[in-house]
Amino acid sequence: MDILIYGIVNSFSLALMAIGFTLVYGISRIPNFAHGALYVITGFLVWSLVHLLKLNYVVSIILALVIMGLVGAAIYRFVLIRVRGMATSEIIATYALGLAVLEFLRWGGFKGMTYTLPVFIEGSIVIGDIPVDLQRVIVIAIGIVVVTFMWLFTHFNKIGLALRGMAQDEHAAMMLGIDSDRMAIIAMAMGSMLAGIAAITLLPLGNIVVEAGYNVLILSIAVCIVGGLGSWVGAILAAFMIGFLQIITVAYIQSHFHMVVALLVIIATLILKPSGLFGRQKELEERV
Amino acid sequence: MPSLYWNRVISIVGIYALLALGFDFLAHYVGLVSLGGSFFIGTGGYIAAILNKSFGLPPALTIPLATLSGAIICTLLLLPALPLRGVYFAIVTLMYPLVLFRIIEALNILGGTDGILGVASFPNTWVEQYLILSIIIFALFGLRRLVNEDIGLVFRGVKDNDQAVRASGLSITFYKAIAVFITSALGCLGGAYFVHIYMVAGISLFALDYSVIPIAATVIGGGGTLVGPLLGCFILVPISELLRAFGTLRIVFYSVILLAFIMFRSEGIMVYAQRKYHQFERWVKI
Repeated sequence: MDILIYGIVNSFSLALMAIGFTLVYGISRIPNFAHGALYVITGFLVWSLVHLLKLNYVVSIILALVIMGLVGAAIYRFVLIRVRGMATSEIIATYALGLAVLEFLRWGGFKGMTYTLPVFIEGSIVIGDIPVDLQRVIVIAIGIVVVTFMWLFTHFNKIGLALRGMAQDEHAAMMLGIDSDRMAIIAMAMGSMLAGIAAITLLPLGNIVVEAGYNVLILSIAVCIVGGLGSWVGAILAAFMIGFLQIITVAYIQSHFHMVVALLVIIATLILKPSGLFGRQKELEERV
Repeated sequence: MPSLYWNRVISIVGIYALLALGFDFLAHYVGLVSLGGSFFIGTGGYIAAILNKSFGLPPALTIPLATLSGAIICTLLLLPALPLRGVYFAIVTLMYPLVLFRIIEALNILGGTDGILGVASFPNTWVEQYLILSIIIFALFGLRRLVNEDIGLVFRGVKDNDQAVRASGLSITFYKAIAVFITSALGCLGGAYFVHIYMVAGISLFALDYSVIPIAATVIGGGGTLVGPLLGCFILVPISELLRAFGTLRIVFYSVILLAFIMFRSEGIMVYAQRKYHQFERWVKI
């Protein structure tokens, strides 16, 4: 029973982490190796707004999300737009950006004591006979809300439809008058905001540490590869697969193998079905 | 003491130069971006340390053995990502060092966080330095020769138009595996060398420095020239030693340089200099 509940919680956390990465990759074909850095920045940003500027928690969350959106747009507008289309440079640029941010945070003062965000609502409820604290319930709730919102957004909104058009065929989308750079900016901004939402939802469960940046990056990449790079439905299914696999590993084998699961599923996916569970549309492009 | 310290820096430059050469070869001649130089360093280093400590082999044997077996292991571990185009290779090479770091830390194998101490060192500093310098020269000219041979043509074909390579009846995965084998052999050689210089193999072998500096050196020096990365290493690594007091801020420094170069001057020093050199007419003795 607790495997079921914690598996669901874990799966939704993975889905929250990965959805931003898969959005950016799906639309602009840029592997955003700075995703983990964006996640950690949001945590530190909210912490600073709450503790240094003494703002209200809700206000600072909203402010942080807006700032993250602007940061994401700025990253695309000023950095990635210059290297767009050069695969090697894209990878190196986002990787360098992520490293610069994470290692700067590691060096720059945020160390020595523990930094935590307060939980949204204190307390816990009992499901079955297992107590679950409310923050984990909120993770599930926000996960469902974000996934539903993304689905509605990409199916019933003009910008969302344009984003989907870009993801399917960039040239055809450009012929229909969709500005590819503007869409990519929007995608990057939304991707950063999604990373921010994941951070705000998940960080109250533990401390804000720089290491989390690398973990989040690895986990979201794992989810995206298993689900098929750029596929949103696949990413959510893969999040459930990896989420439950991790919880089962922790319960029956050893908690250290938590990260190894992510690596093993990637390797297994690459050997067995390289396009992932739902990477149908790009299958011919990526397999040599 | 400073002279002894800077002697050591030459060896470190050599190790980074091996990694950077490998990166340049793989990225600009085969089209695979490796983000995990520390993976090669770590594998080679740990194998050399184990061979030396557990089997008592001297450095003259452990270094070649670690190079070969490390390269085989790395190639096998990276093999799943090779039949695919796109970002998979970069992702897998990024993940291995991070995950191996955590595995060794968590399971407390291979000496855990302390590492394997007391590895044998080189007879004296002269052997250490001249050996690495001659290895670099050998690797540089060997690779230059290699990319101009027939197989180099196939490598470039894999990068530019893999369907043409396949249409010629050659296996892309096989040639990519050969290229990865060469690069990881260079990296593992560097790792084994490093372990014997510092006489310890720890999880710091998987540090991010080994992944970032070679990439930065290649981008600054000029990718695709093979001399460029060497030049980049001789510029960057001494600066890195001067900045040792700043700790992880050094990685920030490299990343920012890397980002600036890739955005504004992505050709690098060597390519730029070559271009300028050929722009002017000169008297040539006939």
